[in-house]
Amino acid sequence: MSGHSSYVPKTGIERWLDARLPIIRLAHDSAVSYPVPRNLNYFWTFGGILMFMLVAQIVTGIILAMHYTPNSALAFISVEHIMRDVNYGWLLRYLHANGASMFFVAVYVHIFRGLYYGSYKAPREVLWILGVVIFLLMMATAFMGYVLPWGQMSFWGATVITNLFSALPVVGETIVTFLWGGFSVDNPTLNRFFSLHYLLPFMIFGVVILHVWALHHVGQNNPTGVEVKNVEKDTVPFTPYATIKDLFGMVVFMIVFSYFVFYQPNFMGHADNYIPANPAVTPSHIVPEWYFLPFYAILRAIPDKLGGVLAMGAAIVVLAFLPWIDSSKVKSMSYRPIARQFFWAFVAVCIGLGYLGAMPAEGGYVTASQIFTVLYFGFFVALFVIGLFERPKALPNSIADSVLGSLKGGSGARIATTAVAEPNAKG
Amino acid sequence: MSTLSFRLALTGLSLGLGLALAVPAANAAEGRVEPPALSWSFSGPFGKFDRAQLQRGYKVYKEVCASCHAASLMRFRNLSQPGGPEFTPSQVTALAATYQIKDGPNDTGEMFDRPGRAADPFPSPFANELAARAANGGAYPLDLSVIAKARTYERGFPRFIFDIFTQYQEQGPDYIAALLAGYKDPPPEGVTLLPGQYYNTYMPGHLIAMPKPLSDGQVEFPKGADGQPQVPETVAQYAKDVTAYLMWTAEPHLEQRKRIGLQVMLFLMLFAGLLYYTKKKVWARMPDGSPLHH
Repeated sequence: MSGHSSYVPKTGIERWLDARLPIIRLAHDSAVSYPVPRNLNYFWTFGGILMFMLVAQIVTGIILAMHYTPNSALAFISVEHIMRDVNYGWLLRYLHANGASMFFVAVYVHIFRGLYYGSYKAPREVLWILGVVIFLLMMATAFMGYVLPWGQMSFWGATVITNLFSALPVVGETIVTFLWGGFSVDNPTLNRFFSLHYLLPFMIFGVVILHVWALHHVGQNNPTGVEVKNVEKDTVPFTPYATIKDLFGMVVFMIVFSYFVFYQPNFMGHADNYIPANPAVTPSHIVPEWYFLPFYAILRAIPDKLGGVLAMGAAIVVLAFLPWIDSSKVKSMSYRPIARQFFWAFVAVCIGLGYLGAMPAEGGYVTASQIFTVLYFGFFVALFVIGLFERPKALPNSIADSVLGSLKGGSGARIATTAVAEPNAKG
Repeated sequence: MSTLSFRLALTGLSLGLGLALAVPAANAAEGRVEPPALSWSFSGPFGKFDRAQLQRGYKVYKEVCASCHAASLMRFRNLSQPGGPEFTPSQVTALAATYQIKDGPNDTGEMFDRPGRAADPFPSPFANELAARAANGGAYPLDLSVIAKARTYERGFPRFIFDIFTQYQEQGPDYIAALLAGYKDPPPEGVTLLPGQYYNTYMPGHLIAMPKPLSDGQVEFPKGADGQPQVPETVAQYAKDVTAYLMWTAEPHLEQRKRIGLQVMLFLMLFAGLLYYTKKKVWARMPDGSPLHH
């Protein structure tokens, strides 16, 4: 909500600076007085969690880069040097490797939250599309990061994924040679992936600034999907309300993150990546990181290579068109009895695709992947069709109404259990 | 979730279960036998290495494995660092000095041999991969530095989910210990071995190029007051001890990691608790003092 600024400089220095560079005003307006819908549930803390994860990844990554050597003969050894001889190097590396996984956990919760509550609908289309761009950049960054330890899965994952581009007609082979810096995955590939892995997070940071700017311009969506009508009644100031709630959510998330870092640091990795890269030996199953598995399943479901690549690309790009695919005017699925069923089916389909992506591409797994791929895209068709005839439940008149009891929408809001479970203030 | 979505979820779940049941079948088809889960001192949230076991394991490694296998990421000084076998620094210095290390070039440009120092890496038994293959019938004895983390077996659904909570992550050690004691000579009927091939129950495909490395009584273990070895000098015990040692070489800071982990978890949980009540207080009222919730 870009309203008028409520910042009042109190000291002479503040007034002097405010007249020349209103940076304190900017910070105050976006992190203190910025109005936040009073009914947000804990799913809304994941934006802040993602910001924390991005910064954590950049900080640990920069320090790791001080000790890492991007050379195909030394990369594996330098990672082990970090694990063994660098002070707390094991901690930095496990934070960074598991941090990538936790980053994706958070981003998937964030994306599904946006899907459920219709956060992509007007006026938030650009905000949503910027999110899809961030997601794409994250995938590229994570993929190239996984190549850097130069283990077997690094090498063969890079080989499989870069080879996908060769499916493109005419320019495919040229693109692949360009990505490789030669005629196979080798030292030049590692060099450029390291360079890009260092660059892309800062590009993500840039798009995140746009994402947050767009958010602060249009204001947050909320579990009812009803826009703010009265700032006094419907919202609370970001600080202290959202600040303390986001911080609590972040610390709870850090508990889960730490559990993996300290107790199960290799759970989300592959044992094969502790074998140094060997171009002469192909691992029996080449599997990408878990967060790519649903898309990997779609890729392998299509018998044609180019078709598979296009389907995989479409599975991500289709998200950017959601604001125009979904034909319903009602944002929150809490008030959309039919669409809500399809949402949960879609969640199940994505998990199923993830499982299938981890399985070998043979027999029944391929057939199942094909069925699930159709279901995946079917969800988007369904969103268009359902909106044409679905009769939504009655929406509350305002956010304040929904919180203070005159909940006409009824039991549909059950998914927002965290909101319901907010500490009750008696009296 | 309402009934329809519940049914959908159920369908998904049963489909998943059906697929999961296919996993052991696929494993058997590939000639994989699941290793038994052993009890390890370093497993679980409070896991620590057993110093005596690591020292015995190092002895097995040094007297048996090291004649063919390199462990090039290891240095002698690691043997005395906290969280490992914790030999004394003087023991390590004396041990390193028993090795001749090629160094140089010196002032006249010559390479020369000198006694090893604690900072030296473990010397490799062969000059390069080709020399190693030539001496081992074409097979390459792998570097053992991180082997305990580089081996695993398929856990399958739903076990991999339970593993998050039980913290079971010793697939590598379980596999290696089972493999070292898993030789069958003669091989089962119907299996013909080519020269340089051996039959091992736990090797995927059962054919392995490494001859049976361990036999009972092969390595002498420290004696107790009664003159008897404190632990049995058997293949099973050797396999377990050397595997524990290999887990330490793969993850030398495991103890430190789990110890700091406990401190971090306790701090975060306390911090989260304080934040929760602070948040509750803040969210009790709107800025104008009216109740925030009904």
